[in-house]
Amino acid sequence: MALTLSNPARRRLRTLGFLSPWLIGFSAFFAYPLIATVYFSFMHYNQIQKPDFVGLRNWKYVFEQMPLFGPALWNTLWLVVVMVALRVVFGLSLGLLITKIKTGAGFFRTAFYLPYLAPPVAATVAFVFLLNPSTGPVNEVLAHVGITGPNWFNDANWAKPSLVMLSLWGIGDLMVIFMAALLDVPKEQYEAAELDGAGAWSKFRYVTWPSITPIVMFAVVTGVVQTMQYYTQALVAGKIASGVSIGPGSVIQPGYPDHSTLTVPQLVYSMGFQNFNTGAACVLSLVLFAIAMAVTMLLMRKRSGLLAAED
Amino acid sequence: MTSTTLSPVPTAAPADASREPGPAAARARRKRVLHWIAVHSVAIAVALLFILPFVFVFLTSVMSDSQAMSGDLWPDSWHWENYKAVFETDGFLDWWKNSLLYAGLGTLLTVCSAIPVAYALAKFRFRGRRTAMILVISTMMLPPQVIVIPMYLVWAQQFHLSGTLWPLIIPMAFGDAYSIFLLRQFLLTIPKEYIESAKVDGCGELRTLLKIIVPMAKPGIAAIALFQFFYCWNDYFGPQIYAAQNPASWTLSYGLESFKSAHSVNWNLTMAATLLVMAPVCIVFFFAQKAFVEGVTLTGVKG
Repeated sequence: MALTLSNPARRRLRTLGFLSPWLIGFSAFFAYPLIATVYFSFMHYNQIQKPDFVGLRNWKYVFEQMPLFGPALWNTLWLVVVMVALRVVFGLSLGLLITKIKTGAGFFRTAFYLPYLAPPVAATVAFVFLLNPSTGPVNEVLAHVGITGPNWFNDANWAKPSLVMLSLWGIGDLMVIFMAALLDVPKEQYEAAELDGAGAWSKFRYVTWPSITPIVMFAVVTGVVQTMQYYTQALVAGKIASGVSIGPGSVIQPGYPDHSTLTVPQLVYSMGFQNFNTGAACVLSLVLFAIAMAVTMLLMRKRSGLLAAED
Repeated sequence: MTSTTLSPVPTAAPADASREPGPAAARARRKRVLHWIAVHSVAIAVALLFILPFVFVFLTSVMSDSQAMSGDLWPDSWHWENYKAVFETDGFLDWWKNSLLYAGLGTLLTVCSAIPVAYALAKFRFRGRRTAMILVISTMMLPPQVIVIPMYLVWAQQFHLSGTLWPLIIPMAFGDAYSIFLLRQFLLTIPKEYIESAKVDGCGELRTLLKIIVPMAKPGIAAIALFQFFYCWNDYFGPQIYAAQNPASWTLSYGLESFKSAHSVNWNLTMAATLLVMAPVCIVFFFAQKAFVEGVTLTGVKG
């Protein structure tokens, strides 16, 4: 024992040994591709001929000429703002609700949590069916109460809100996180607030809120980063709703309808793997990377629980 | 998981009740009953909204071809044979096999590689520990699309593995950032004393890890295994990049979409297939609820 602990070189070697899987993984599957992405962003490369240096031409192309970049960036940012805001509000409301339930808490928790587990592709296919304007059960039910339902995934104005609904259906993870945070609020503080005559709102505002802000912050930041990579649901919804009989791998109308569901990650895919414009795809990747990193830095700065319990 | 001590807020102040026993107590009780009714009505309404999609999907999955197109909510007759038809579709069984291979092997490799890394990050003191943690979190936050193009080129051009799931499985032997992070958060909660006393008893680091830490960290390990299994099972982007060219390598999540395209009019079969893709996840959840909820909680709450 004395030997292992007193010898610093050995200790360093031991640390390296334990960390080695991650060190290899980090270099090979993170650092290398990131550097290569920057490299390719300055190259003209169609994945057949040798890469050819073109300076900033890919960057210029993406920001000045690429017809779909504007809509894709707009959709992604729209989803980031609306989806994250609604998810946090709804997740917190469900968390509050579940902590107040006295009978059948287990049942309700499972019911609210289960949709989160549904594989995204399956959930999306199911939602496109449910919200199908002519034969879907949702508009059928709405018709029974005298409401003419919208065209949901087939209407450019309703496609993104439909995706938001799909995402709110899978709110289970946030609900559980908020529930745990809410149960951690010291009860004495509520009692003290009550003695001071605080109503429900004041209790929430002055007792609950201050103690859950780190978790809310965490939910916002991870939500933003997750929505920056929003891909599967948008792509599958667009493809299935368009009703075109096509196999995977071919996007006939990216972001059906009217590019309303086209996101930046989808554009990366179609540039890199369908148009074989590697340079432009890498520029788009780096735009995503820059936004995601900026948000992550913000998270580190705010120290919202992620790096806590360091010692 | 925190045992559900339900209402953190007492509905009536006890001091109040003792001062004015008669009408005040009755008022407090009425308020409590109304509160109970209000909370539970909202909960039931929300629960219905969450469950109804599953119900509609299920009911459609047992309808006849023509009824599934009609917008009817309730099946006229129950066509259980739709499920058989799904299984007899070309490729469906292969998709299951591929999903199980990807998810099973991926989970195993992730767990084996995450344990030592998470342990070192949680319990060793070394220079650069904080930097390492920041790098792990950065990787966790990185959209997969950012690095996919160079990665694809390496796997396709150097290793000639495109058309298989190996480019997705092999990297899992080298640590997955999310699992490392989550397990580290869990390991932080194990007191140092256990490790110290193991050392006093003459255990080396590796023995301490395997004999002391791993058994104590079972709930954390279960959580990362489950999350990784689900991640792989649900993954669409990965299989689309690497397996798309080769239908023999498609997974369930990836194949489901082509299933719909091939059966463009058969919503009943599509819904049956959809439920079959969801089923394993739901079954695993029912057996491992606790590990799940613990894992989710760990991501959001400081270890």
